[in-house]
Amino acid sequence: MNIAVAVDNVPPQFIASEAGPAPKRIVVGFGFWIFLLSDIVMFAGLFAAYAVLVNATAGGPNGAALFSQTSVAIETACLLASSYACGLMSLAIGSRNRFGTYLWAAVTFVLGAVFLGLEIHEFAGMIAQDAAPARSAFLSAFFALVGCHGLHVTAGLIWLVVMMGQLATEGFRARVERRLLCFSLFWHALDIIWVGLFTMVYLMGVRP
Amino acid sequence: MTTQIDRAPGEGTTLTEVDEGRRAGVLVYTVGLGLAVILTATSFWVANTTALWGPGVHLGLAVLAIAQMGVHVVFFLHITTAPDNTNNVLALAFGVLIVFVVIVGSLWIMSNLNGNMMPSPELMNLHMQR
Repeated sequence: MNIAVAVDNVPPQFIASEAGPAPKRIVVGFGFWIFLLSDIVMFAGLFAAYAVLVNATAGGPNGAALFSQTSVAIETACLLASSYACGLMSLAIGSRNRFGTYLWAAVTFVLGAVFLGLEIHEFAGMIAQDAAPARSAFLSAFFALVGCHGLHVTAGLIWLVVMMGQLATEGFRARVERRLLCFSLFWHALDIIWVGLFTMVYLMGVRP
Repeated sequence: MTTQIDRAPGEGTTLTEVDEGRRAGVLVYTVGLGLAVILTATSFWVANTTALWGPGVHLGLAVLAIAQMGVHVVFFLHITTAPDNTNNVLALAFGVLIVFVVIVGSLWIMSNLNGNMMPSPELMNLHMQR
């Protein structure tokens, strides 16, 4: 009896066991968060490989000879602005603003595509001057790390186009909103990885 | 819906507070963008300046990068210390632990290996390159 009274007096938000399973939106968001963290752990492996092999240039070019800081600065600005636009897209989705969602999704896509174009241009330039992945262990690690991030950005761009198609055909349905929440998490996480990447690979790489 | 127990990562506002939430949300993202721009610009300046003591630059860059990652986590992913975020924070803490173990552990082991397999600098260099 006393126990029953005590339970009745507990404010409703504290009885987690009696609230039933969490709403699907929260379960999906949390599950995707776990996936993102495992993805970041995979990147940590590539970061570790790069850090170990950064001096193993086998007589080939090193980072200071290959990297252009101007290009990296523009890429960083594009990705950061793209992340910001993605945040504003989330807000437009929250207030069911269809035009705002399309507008900010387009901005996110264009900035992400500019980033990817600059990165591909940089890779092509490096391969043209005999700095391909097979040249040295340093370059293998560099292309694996930066290329893996670039592949993630490519996947994100495709995902964004698919989500805009779903929004156009299905409207703001719960499942479309859940997928858009996961997309924004993915996009912000890619920007976090890029922060570590431009610091460790490019900025530390151009130091003597 | 006002008494939510958990909150999904990336969810800044609940849907019931749309009007005020939108204005506050824009402010949060803009503050995050401003801080990220300042930290990025500082990183690029630190990497190129000669005004700072050379050997300390790498450490400074690492600190700036970690600070910027924190800014992104708080202002863009909306991970907070509130009770409805406990699950997200615990998962993040575990992820950070694994990342730390993988990166620091690899560097530690490999530098140790380099130190113990040092017959001569020329041979060592050869070993690292093959």
